[in-house]
Amino acid sequence: MNAREEVLARIAAAHSAAPPPNLPYESISRGYRITSHSSKEALAELLIDRLMDYRALVRQCSADDLAATIATALADRGAQTVVVPDGLESTWTAGVAASVRMDGLSVEDQLTVSELDGVDGVITGCAVAIAETGTLILDGSSSQGRRVLTLIPDYHLCVVLPDQIVSDVPEALARLAATRPLTMISGPSATSDIELNRVEGVHGPRTLEVIIVGEEGSS
Amino acid sequence: MLGMPTIPPTSPRGVGNLRGEDRFPVAARRTLADTQLRRNLGKATTTIRSKRAQVVAELPDWEELREAGRQLKVHTMAHLPGYLAQLESAVIAQGGVVHWARDANEANEIVLDLVRDKGVDEVVKVKSMATQEIGLNEALEAAGIAALETDLAELIVQLGHDKPSHILVPAIHRNRAEIREIFLREMADVDPALTDEPAALAGAARQHLRRKFLSAKVAISGANFAIAETGTLAVVESEGNGRMCLTLPDTLITIMGIEKLVPRWQDLEVFLQLLPRSSTGERMNPYTSMWTGVTRGDGPQEFHLILLDNGRTAVLADAEGRDALNCIRCSACLNVCPVYERTGGHAYGSVYPGPIGAILSPQLTGIEDNASLPYASSLCGACYDVCPVKINIPEILVHLRAKHTETYAADHRLPSAEASAMNAAAWVMSNPKRWTYALRSGRLGRILGRKRDVIGGVPLPLVKQWTDARDLARPPTQTFRDWWAAEHGGER
Repeated sequence: MNAREEVLARIAAAHSAAPPPNLPYESISRGYRITSHSSKEALAELLIDRLMDYRALVRQCSADDLAATIATALADRGAQTVVVPDGLESTWTAGVAASVRMDGLSVEDQLTVSELDGVDGVITGCAVAIAETGTLILDGSSSQGRRVLTLIPDYHLCVVLPDQIVSDVPEALARLAATRPLTMISGPSATSDIELNRVEGVHGPRTLEVIIVGEEGSS
Repeated sequence: MLGMPTIPPTSPRGVGNLRGEDRFPVAARRTLADTQLRRNLGKATTTIRSKRAQVVAELPDWEELREAGRQLKVHTMAHLPGYLAQLESAVIAQGGVVHWARDANEANEIVLDLVRDKGVDEVVKVKSMATQEIGLNEALEAAGIAALETDLAELIVQLGHDKPSHILVPAIHRNRAEIREIFLREMADVDPALTDEPAALAGAARQHLRRKFLSAKVAISGANFAIAETGTLAVVESEGNGRMCLTLPDTLITIMGIEKLVPRWQDLEVFLQLLPRSSTGERMNPYTSMWTGVTRGDGPQEFHLILLDNGRTAVLADAEGRDALNCIRCSACLNVCPVYERTGGHAYGSVYPGPIGAILSPQLTGIEDNASLPYASSLCGACYDVCPVKINIPEILVHLRAKHTETYAADHRLPSAEASAMNAAAWVMSNPKRWTYALRSGRLGRILGRKRDVIGGVPLPLVKQWTDARDLARPPTQTFRDWWAAEHGGER
C-alpha cells in the first residue's frame, strides 16, 4: 500500500472501530448572524472606528475628491515614488506629485523585489472591507495587483469604495472567489509575541492608510 | 483479519517533539521553582484573558458560532476520506502537488527530498505546529539545511536555543528584557544600543530577517485551514512573515494534519470569527493569506501540500477521545488554565502543552508515553468554557485517566497508584464506620503536615506514588462529624 492508500485505510479502520455520529452537512446548525440591517453610513462609521482602533490612518472623501485626497495623503507622507497595480483607475493618481510606477500581472511587466523594496509606498483598491472587524480584503484583481505589492513597501494606501463595505465576515466571504489569491488585512503589521501586547510594525507595511470614499451625493 | 478492525498506529518514537524527557510532576516541580517564569506567564496570560473576554463579549452570537464550529468539525471527522480526496483533486487541478505522509519520518523525508531537489541549504519557515510536532527543523539540520524560523516568538525560541512553551506564542515564558539579551547575543547585525521596548525588539527582528525573505528560494509552512471544496489553504498570522514566506519564494511546501479540513468555502465564515478572538483576543488578526494551488504571475510557482497522519487516525479510533482532533490551535485553553499558568508549557514535554496538549499528546503517542499528562489538571473546566469548538476537555481527561489505569493494570498486572487509591477510597467510603474511623485517622495527617502546613511526599509504598505529585491540606484538629457530635449530641 502506498501512503495515500494506507492513511485512507487507517481512517476507514478508525471509523469502523468507533463509528462516528451521523451529522449530515445540511443539518449543521448555523444560528449565527449572516447579514446585518445597518445602514451604509453606520457601516462606514464602524469600519472607521475599527481601523483606527488598530492604528490605521483614515481619511474620508467624496468620489469627486478622491484624486486630491490621494495626492494629499502621499504628500503628507513625503512619498517620492509609489507603485500601483497597472489596473488601478488612472484618474486616482492624476494629481499625485510622486513618481508612479506600474506593476503588471505578466512577469515581464513586474517590478523586481528589490525595486519594490526601494519605493516609498503602494496604492491599491480592495475587493471587500469588513466593518465589524476593520478588515480590508484584496483578491488580486485589477485594482489590487499581485500580493507582494502590498507587502514589501513600508506604506500601503488603500481606497475603499462605498459599495465595498459589508458588515461582517459571512457577507464578505460570500462576495469572494476562494480560488483567487486572497489577503485579509486588519491594521498594519503587528505582533503580540512580546508579553502578549500588540505592537505595530514587523515585516509588512508599518503604516496602513485607508481612504473611505463616501456615497455619491453625501458629503 | 476480516471483521476485526485494526487500530491505526500512534506516532512513532524517536522522532518529533511529542514526548518529554520527564514525567509532568517531575518537570513541573522544576519549572515551578522558576519565579521569573511564573511572573512572565502570570502577566501574559492575565493580559490575554481580559482581551479575549472583551472581544468575545462583543459578539451576541458567540455561542451559536461555537456550536456551528463544533458541528462542522464533528461532521468533517466523520467524512474525512471523501473530503481529503476532494481537497487533493482540487489542489492538483490548480497546479499543486499533493503528498501523503503516514508519520513524522515520512513527512520529513518528503520535505528533505523536495528541498535537496532545489539545491538550497536554507529555507524560511512560517510558524507551524505540525512541523514542530514532527521535528522537521531537526531533520533539516541533520541534513545540513538551515531552517530559519520567521515568526517573532519562534525566532526568539530558536535564537535562545530554547523550546516553545505555548501554541500561539512559543516564547511566552520570556519577558522583554530576556528577549533583548537573546537578540544582542545572537543577532550578528543587531544595533548594540537596542532597548527592550517591544517596538524596538520587533524592529530588530524586521531588520534581521528582511534580507533573508527577499532572497529565499524555498518556504515551509503549516496551514490553519484547508477547504476541501476549493483546495484553498489559509494561514492566519500577525506580523507579515507568513505573507513573506507564502508569496516571495519560488517554491512553497505546506505540511498539514489531515484534521485541518473544512468542507466548504462558506465554513470559513465560522472559523475566521472564532479563531482570532479566541487566540490573540483581536477582532481579526492583522493578516490572513489564502491560496489555491499556483497562481500564474503571483507568488510561488511550485506548490507542494503534505497531508500528515502521525497518530491522528489513532485518535480518530477512540470515540470518547477523538474530539481532540477538532482543535483549531487557538490556545485559549492554555491561557485560562490554572495549571498551565503556573507550570508553563515546558513541563508538559510535548509541543502541545496545556489542557489541549494533555488530551492530544497522549492520544497521538499512545497513553503509555504521556501517561502523566491527563493528571496535569484540576478538572476545573475553564478550558471547556473558552474552547471555540466546544471540546469537552475535562471529560476527555477523565476518559484518558481511566484508559491509563486500565492499560497500566494490564501491562503491570498491578493497579496504578491512582487506581489503588480509588479502590481503597471506595472500600472505606462504602461503610459509615470505616469512614468515621478513616476521618479520625486524619489526625495522623496533622502530624505529617506539621512542618509546612501541607502534607507532601509520604515515603510509604503506594502512598508515595500518590503524594509525590500532590500536596494535601493539613487536616483540621477535629473532624466535622466529631464537631457535630460534640455540639449537637445525638441529634441528626
